[in-house]
This record gives sequence, structure tokens and C-alpha cells, in this order.
Amino acid sequence: MGFLILNRVFQAALVMIVVAMAAFVLSNYVGDPISNMVGQEATQEDRDQLREDLGLNDPAPVQFVRFIGNALQGDFGISYRLQRPVSDLVAERLPATLELVMVSAIFALVVGIPLGIFTALYRTFWGSRLILTVSLAGVSLPTFVVGILLIYVFSVTLQWLPSFGRGETTALGGWTTGLLTVDGWRAIIMPAITLGLYQLTLILRLVRAEMLEVLRTDYIKFARARGLTNRAINFGHALKNTMIPVITIVGLNIGGLIAFSIVTETVFQWPGMGLLFVQAVQFADVPVMSAYLVLASLIFVLTNLVVDILYVVIDPRLRTERRVKAGV
Amino acid sequence: MTDQQAHIPHQSLGSRMVDGIRRFAGSDLLYSFVRQPVVVVAFLITVIFILAAIFAPLVAPHDPFNPASLSLMDSFFPPSWVEGGDARFLLGTDNQGRDIFSTIIYGARISLMVGFAAVVFSIALGVLVGLISGFVGGWFDALLMRFADIQLTIPGLLIALLVDGIARTALPSDMREEIAIYVVIFAIGISNWPQYARVARSGAMSEKVKDYVASARIIGTPSWVILLRHVLPNILGPVLVLGTIGLALAITSEATLSFLGVGVPPTTPSLGTLIRIGNDFLFSGEWWITLFPSGALVVLVLAVNLLGDWLRDALNPKLR
Amino acid sequence: MTRLFIAICVVMGMVLPAAAQDENVLRWASRGDALTFDPHGQNETPTITALTQVYETLVSRDAALTLMPRLATSWEITEPTVWEFQLREGVTFHDGTPFTAEDVAFSLTRAQGDSSDFRSLINTIESVEVVSDHVVRVHTSVPTPLLVANLTDVFIMSAAWSSTHNVEEAQDFAAGEENYAVRHANGTGPFTLELREPDIRSVFTRFDGWWGLEVFEPHNVDRIIYTPITNDATRVAAILSGEVDFVLDPPLQDLRRLESAPGLQVQQTAQVRTIFFGLDQASDELRSSNIRGANPFADRRVRLAMYQAIDIDAIQSRIMRGLSQPAGVIISPPINGHTAALDTRPGFDPDAARQLMADAGYADGFSVTLDCPNNRYVNDEAICQATVAMLARIGIEVTLDAQPKSLHFPKIDNRETDFYMQGWGVPTLDSEYVFQFLYYTGRRNNGTGYSNARLDELTDLMAQELDEARRNEMIAEAWAIATEDIVFLPLHHQVIVWAVSDEFDQPIVANNTPQFYMGRFTD
Repeated sequence: MGFLILNRVFQAALVMIVVAMAAFVLSNYVGDPISNMVGQEATQEDRDQLREDLGLNDPAPVQFVRFIGNALQGDFGISYRLQRPVSDLVAERLPATLELVMVSAIFALVVGIPLGIFTALYRTFWGSRLILTVSLAGVSLPTFVVGILLIYVFSVTLQWLPSFGRGETTALGGWTTGLLTVDGWRAIIMPAITLGLYQLTLILRLVRAEMLEVLRTDYIKFARARGLTNRAINFGHALKNTMIPVITIVGLNIGGLIAFSIVTETVFQWPGMGLLFVQAVQFADVPVMSAYLVLASLIFVLTNLVVDILYVVIDPRLRTERRVKAGV
Repeated sequence: MTDQQAHIPHQSLGSRMVDGIRRFAGSDLLYSFVRQPVVVVAFLITVIFILAAIFAPLVAPHDPFNPASLSLMDSFFPPSWVEGGDARFLLGTDNQGRDIFSTIIYGARISLMVGFAAVVFSIALGVLVGLISGFVGGWFDALLMRFADIQLTIPGLLIALLVDGIARTALPSDMREEIAIYVVIFAIGISNWPQYARVARSGAMSEKVKDYVASARIIGTPSWVILLRHVLPNILGPVLVLGTIGLALAITSEATLSFLGVGVPPTTPSLGTLIRIGNDFLFSGEWWITLFPSGALVVLVLAVNLLGDWLRDALNPKLR
Repeated sequence: MTRLFIAICVVMGMVLPAAAQDENVLRWASRGDALTFDPHGQNETPTITALTQVYETLVSRDAALTLMPRLATSWEITEPTVWEFQLREGVTFHDGTPFTAEDVAFSLTRAQGDSSDFRSLINTIESVEVVSDHVVRVHTSVPTPLLVANLTDVFIMSAAWSSTHNVEEAQDFAAGEENYAVRHANGTGPFTLELREPDIRSVFTRFDGWWGLEVFEPHNVDRIIYTPITNDATRVAAILSGEVDFVLDPPLQDLRRLESAPGLQVQQTAQVRTIFFGLDQASDELRSSNIRGANPFADRRVRLAMYQAIDIDAIQSRIMRGLSQPAGVIISPPINGHTAALDTRPGFDPDAARQLMADAGYADGFSVTLDCPNNRYVNDEAICQATVAMLARIGIEVTLDAQPKSLHFPKIDNRETDFYMQGWGVPTLDSEYVFQFLYYTGRRNNGTGYSNARLDELTDLMAQELDEARRNEMIAEAWAIATEDIVFLPLHHQVIVWAVSDEFDQPIVANNTPQFYMGRFTD
């Protein structure tokens, strides 16, 4: 088991090196970093001097090592668009994105799991079919359409909830949180639903499928034969066995949530990393793009790593094939 | 010798397909299809969308992609049945005087084209890599699959956005509009290949140890023939399921990219671009610009998703 | 679970800071954030709008755009190259330091530095002489009659504060420099900068020590919270649902809804900004055209054909919803030199345009790329799209490349565009500004490559001419040349529209820069 965990850690490190290489290529070879930094009136000598000062004339491996060194210290250069250190920008916006992702994930779990169990246990009940069809519609509704509709109904028409921003935030050291004020909670409701809806659908369908599969297994049939109550079977045996893959998927889908927070943040003007990133793409702001790539990947890799390790600890037998099936 | 050959089916590809269709007609698949009206409807909707997209110039009353045919004075007409509507424009017009109905058809054409092309690209790349990886094995396999793992770690939307962002910076600006659509196809396609690679790889691995493959090798059949004849048909089912769901995903991804303003150019709008344009007019009362394209997009994606869902259940023997 | 949630709510209720209920907070939103708070870092209207709440200039403009005393109480030309300013007494900076002539000398020098974005506005200043604590003399290299008009955007900083925080030179924005002044401010203005989070929000607090409270009718704004909201729909939703009180740039299509919404008012006035297309008429051949070996835009007939092919009335009624004024010249009515005769267009006439194209030898048309910003002017991208359709009808096949402003404008500066959209506002309210920046041979903002020796000569002369009548003759001659040559294709003068809550009363100004000390909360 120790070996397996070590193996996973090694793989995670490998992924991060590849991502760092991609980010390095992005920031050094896409576009001309010099012309983005100096004014139009700069002379050729100024440019050459800056090129030398920045070490852009060094061999690529030397530059790469320096890039990694800087990245480890959180230094990704200066945003072309906002003219501020990328690390400052990210530090300001990370809390907003992480809070949104957390609240969305919890929402998706709290609603998705019970609905999944329900639809699995009462497969033929019309309500279950309705939930399933509606859930499929949930997958088919693009995130931005959901967001726009929510704003239209709850902000403009009913005027119940704010349509943009985080509301009132409280600073706790370097972290700003919106979760300590009523205003902040009101602001997070619609973005969290918008972002979590797709995950909710996935969880619902996954819980249902797993539950159905488990209910088919011999030991459940055996438990029934032993005369255990439905309740004991469903919740004592079946659900417990369903939860392992669900936890995995949720862990893995943190990545998906972070990616789609880009869309949600754009619609709700949520001041997080996603909004920063999408503006960086529009403005070809390479330092921000490469920093986002590294940071987002780091979050994915870490969650993956934790999930993988948990998996190995809980159930080594299932280790290899679950992820394939999940197709995340 | 003849004994050995008996194990190797020697049919042409054509006759195999005919055989396949015959098997399908008498299969549980068809039975489960006609038994579920929702699925039939979804199938019909998908077919209608595809036909309308293919024959767009014949079906659509206007050509919204030809700038010379547009008149700004035709802009902002509501649907024809609403007061102030114009009989020429069934679902109204957008801010440039484009007929919404025609633009939805042409936009669906772009969305479907991008979707199909991206999925085909993903499948081609994924299956190729998967088959070779599974068949060759060893360090080659390890390397490719590690690469696929890495990519699976990063969500597709993020990769697509990054690819688009890089293309935006790296390509000369006058080329950008012409190749924008290929950039989008590439961006979406490249972000989804690993799934197909995994399916193909496991298919190849399970087949290659079977007796008939060993036999075929002994008589000197080239590896690629074995892959093509025996492994490929076996993985078609799962690839089809993944591909159908992938199509819905690709259409949504394209719409999302276009909504974020990094997709196809606004002069040849896809459904996502139309929704983005219309979104600006949602509060001003011109709801038809965003509502009809949104509806079309949701219906299309839902139909394709339903088909994919049904295919997966129908092809999964455990759920029957 | 529920119990836990209730518990959290209760705790939160206790943690909540007791918000002062009687505080008048102005919540203000617009599309793009200020780029910096360094007073001399960026000459850009949204940046200046934010700065003007905190910093003051020697001279400023009132709601009718006439010059008014601010930190200077009076000024006069004592010699042809010397301006003398009497400074206001009893003014203090936000940190308590008194305002003196030293601060003016320091600030004007700083604004002239290499890294300042305002240096071309005041490049004739040679030295600033401190006569006494409250008198300065500005010496210029040549007579500069418009110096005072040019100073309306040059903010005054504290010399002591700048030295303490090591910001004696302006932020070099283009080089990506960040200094203390970018996110902190110490002005003499009506509000202090309390919090600055770029792209997220900025908070301003009332400065009780502001001199203006005794001079003007005192305002009652205690706090301003500024939030940039990029998305049009979100910005509209924000003001409709009462989350903000003031939107500087509401989308035109939503005005009807905003007008009919209870508790909101929509104000409008003509802006001092004209939108137009530029054409590269100097290159040997166009970069993006299928025509090789010749430049179609070099032919005046082609430029006239394009001018006549643009149906400006359709753009006005459909895209601008009536909120624009079709233009025949690239300066708007308040600017010295503007006349009604200049401001007339040749009629919209596609047939005549096609004939002109044929006469010029382009009966089959040609192709070209149009570069357009998509986040700078009102409905910029939609106007460009409509133009693509209109030019298609005279055979010109236009590819549209619409990009954010930060990518669009460098293309003009670097001469990388054949055909582009541009807009120009004139803070000095005088034609010379336009000739200097847009028509003069080789100027950075002149993307057309246009060069006319007589026009350059006239521009140099009018800059130094002190006799108003003679100067106006020069301006008229210059406009006659510029209009005859069809250097630019004028589109329209923009109209400013503000959406404001009924509870807040703010006079609208044609430079689109609200000064919130002029605003009042009505109960």
C-alpha cells in the first residue's frame, strides 16, 4: 500500500512538471514578452537590454529552471492587462472561487444524493422518471443560460437576490470571506446553484446507477433472503457501498467545478479566478493564463491525489477501473 | 490450415455491415428503441436538426451569412405573430436584421459541424492512440496513457479556452477569422480524446490475447488488419455511446466558448454566439433574439443526450 | 443540519458590523475599471473619472463645460510665454499637509516626466517658478494660448507625500510598473480613497476637510462604492434591482426599460466625442486586401464611395436607438472650429457609390479587414457589423476583426491596420487638439498615414497664435483641407446616457466625467 501511495505521489509530481512545462512554453514563446512590456517608443537597445536583464537569452533549460524557481515562490511575472504582479491578483481572487466551488459542491451533494437514492429505490415510480428526465434537461441547459434565467427571475423580476458580486465580505487575515454575512450568503445562492446544477445531475445519476448495480449483487440478494428489512438493506448495505465511487467522483469533479466557475463568474461578475482567466484569454494576457493553468492544475492534482490515496486506503480492489468508468 | 481459417471470419466490410444491420433489426436494441417514445422523439428531433443543417440553403428563407442581403432597417422585428412583426420573419430578427429562424438553422449548422468535427477528431485521435497503445504495450503504452491521465486531470473547457487563447496570441490577426472555426474544433476535440483512447486500449488489450489473433499473426496477417477487422468492431458500441454524449458535450462547449466571446466570429454566428448577442437584449424586451436560439440549443442537446443515454442503457447488458 | 444553519445565522447576525443607517452611500457601476490611481499614469476617461473624485486640478470644468477655478483661483498671461496662477489658500491634502505652490511645481514636473501619460498635453512647459506660497509662474518654450485648457486633466499631488512614498516619478504603465500611488491616493479632492481592489471595487469616503464644502453648496455623499460590471445584462439587472444607484454607461437597448422602471431616471446629453473610421491611404498596398500593387484607399473616389455607402440614419435609428448625432466632421458642436456646414455628410447613395467604385476601376470590388474595438465605444462592434453589410452592397468584402480595446489601439499606433474604427474626445474643446493628434504627419494616433504639408504648417501656427480671429481663420482653412481630402469617414457624435436612482441628483456633463461632489441625495 505504501508503494501505491508513493506511486501516486510520483505521478502527481510528474503531472505538475508537464503542466509547468506547458506554462513555461506559454509564457516565454507565445507572443513576444518584450513588446508587451515596453512602450512603443522603446528603442531596439532598450529592448535588447531588457531581454538580457530578464535572462531571455539564456538556454531554454536554464530559463525553465528559473521559471520553476519563481513559480515555487509564487512569482508569475506581471499581468500585461492590469500591470500588477500576477501572484497578487491570484491571491485576491482565490478565496472567491474556492468559496463558490465549495458551496456548489455541498449543494450538489446534499440535493443529488437523496434524489439519486430515491430514483434508484423507486425505479418505476412516475416521479422518479420525471426527476430523471428533468435531470437530463439540467445537463442539457448550458451553464450560462441557467445563470441568465436565474438573474432574470430572481433579481430583475422578483428582486429577491443580488445579481452580481460577492456582497459584503469580511477579511480574515489574507483571506476574504463572504460566508460570515447575510449579504454574502444572499450573493452566493444563485451562482452556487448555477454552478452546482450540472454536478448535481451527475451525482444524482451516478448514485442511481451505482445503487441499482449494488442492489443486483449477490450479497444484497442474500441479505434479502436472510429476511433483513428493506431499510436495513437499502441504507445499511447498499448505500454504504455506493458511497465510495460517489466520493471519488465528487473529488474528481472539483476540477470540473473550477473550470465551469469560469462561466458562472462571468455571468454573475463574481470576482474570482475564473473571471480573471477569461479576461486574460480575451486580452491575450499570457502571464495570467500560465499562472491560472499551473494553479488550477495544482488544485486538480491535489484533489486527485487525495481521492486516490483514500481509495487505496478504503478499497484497493476497485482501484483501477472506477476512474475509467467515471470518464471524467 | 482450413481448420485455422474457420476461426477467422472472412467477410468483406460491406457484408459485415449488412449483417450488422440485420442483427440490429432483430435485436433488443430496436425493440427497446420503439418501446420508448421519448427516445423516438429525440431521434426524430436530432434527424430533423441534422437535415435542416445540411440543407440549410434550401430550408432557410434567408441567408443570414451573406452580409449583402442584410438590411439594418429590418432589425429588431418581433416574431411574426406578435404585434409589429413582419410576415417575412417568422421568429423575428436580431440587431443586424438577420432572420432569427434562418440564423438558427445556419447557426445549428455551425454548431453541429463543430460538434461532429470535434467528436470525429477526438475519436480518430483517441482510437488510434488507444489501439496502438494497447496493442504495442510496454513503455510506449505507459507513456501514452500517462499523457492521457494528465489530460484527464484538466477539465476540457479549460483546455479549450487555453488552446483558443494561445491561438489568439500566436496566429496573425488577419488569419484569425478564417481559421477561428478550426481553432474551436481543434480546441474542443483535443480536450476529449483520452476517453476514447482508454476504451480503444482496453479493447485492444483484451482482444490481443485471444487465440484467433495469435492464429492470424501466425499466418502473417499484418497487425493493422487485425486491429481494423477484429478489435475495432468490438469497441464500436462503447465508442458510439461516448461519441453521442460527446456530441452533446461538444455542442455545449462550442456554445459556451462563443458565449464567453472566444468562439466563432459574430458575422457567422453559431447558436452560442446568437445567445450571447441576444443576452444583451434580454432586459430590453427583445426576448426572441436569445430565447429562440436558447430553446433550439437546449432541445438539440437534450435530444442528443437522450439518445446517448438510451444507447448506453441499451448496450449495457447488466441493466436489461 | 437546520439547527446548525440557524445557529450560523444567529452568529452572523451578531458578527455583522452595525451599519450606520443614516449614511448616504452612492453605489456606482460602469463597464470598465480605472486602470490606475497614479494621477499621471493613464490619460483615459474612465481612469480620470475615478481620479477626479480624489485629486484636483488647477482649473476644471463645470457642468456646462466652462472653465472654472479649482486649486487656482485666477490666472493670466503676463508675457507671451508666461502664465501666472494665483493659488487657493486654506487647502489641505487628505493627510493634513497644506497645499502650496511647491506641490504645483512638483506635480507639473512629474506630469511632464518620461513615464507620464500626460506629457504631450503640456510639452511646451519649460519651467515652473514658485513666486510665493500661493503664486506660481509657468514658463513655456513657445506661446501656449491653450495651456489652461490643457491643465484640466493634470492632477496635483503632494510633494511631501510623493517623496515619503517614493513616487516622485509617474508610474510607467506601459512597462508594467507598480508603485505606491497606484493603489493609494492623497489628493485635495472631496473624497479620500479608502479601499482599492482593482477590477473588484473601490471605496471612497467623504473628506470633511475639503475646502469646497465652504465654497460650493455642500454635498451630502458620505461614501462612494464603485464596482466595475463588464457584462451589459448584469449591469442593467444591478440597477433595476436597486443594487446600484448610478450607472455611467447603461446599454442603449435597455433605456426604455430603465426609463419605465420605478425609482430610476435616465439622463442624456451630447458628448464631446465623435466616432469615425480611419483608412490607410498612404501605404503602397493594403495588408489585408486581395488587390496587390495598388492601394484602393489612396483613391479619393473609393473613400467617397465608402462614405456614401454607409447608411448612417439606419445606424442611428436601429443600433443607437436615436441616441447619436450623425456627423460630417470628426469634431462635435461644442468644439471651437465646428460649424453646421462642416458637419454635413454627402447623402447616403449606394448607386452613386457603386458608380464611383467603377470609375476608380474597382467595379468588382475588393476585400479588406476592418479592425474594431468591442468594449470601448457605444455599440462599437454592432456598428462595425452593420458596416460590413453596407459595404458588401457596393462590392467591398469586409472581414471583421473585433477585439478588446487593449488589443485594438496598438494596431493603430503600430500602423498594422488598413481600416479601423476610432473615436476622439477633445478635452481642450479646440480643433487644434484634433489636428495635432490625428492629422499631423507621422503622429502616433494618425493611423491613416495622411500627410499634408499645408495642414501641418497651419497646425503649428495655430498652436502659437494669440489673436483669436486669425487663429480661427487658420482652423477654418485646415478643416477645409481635411474635409476635402476625406481622411476619415465620420460616423456620429456620441450621446452620453446615465441611469441614476431617483434618490440621487447628479448633473450630467458632456465630458462623461461625473464629479460626485455635485450630486445630492434627496432624502
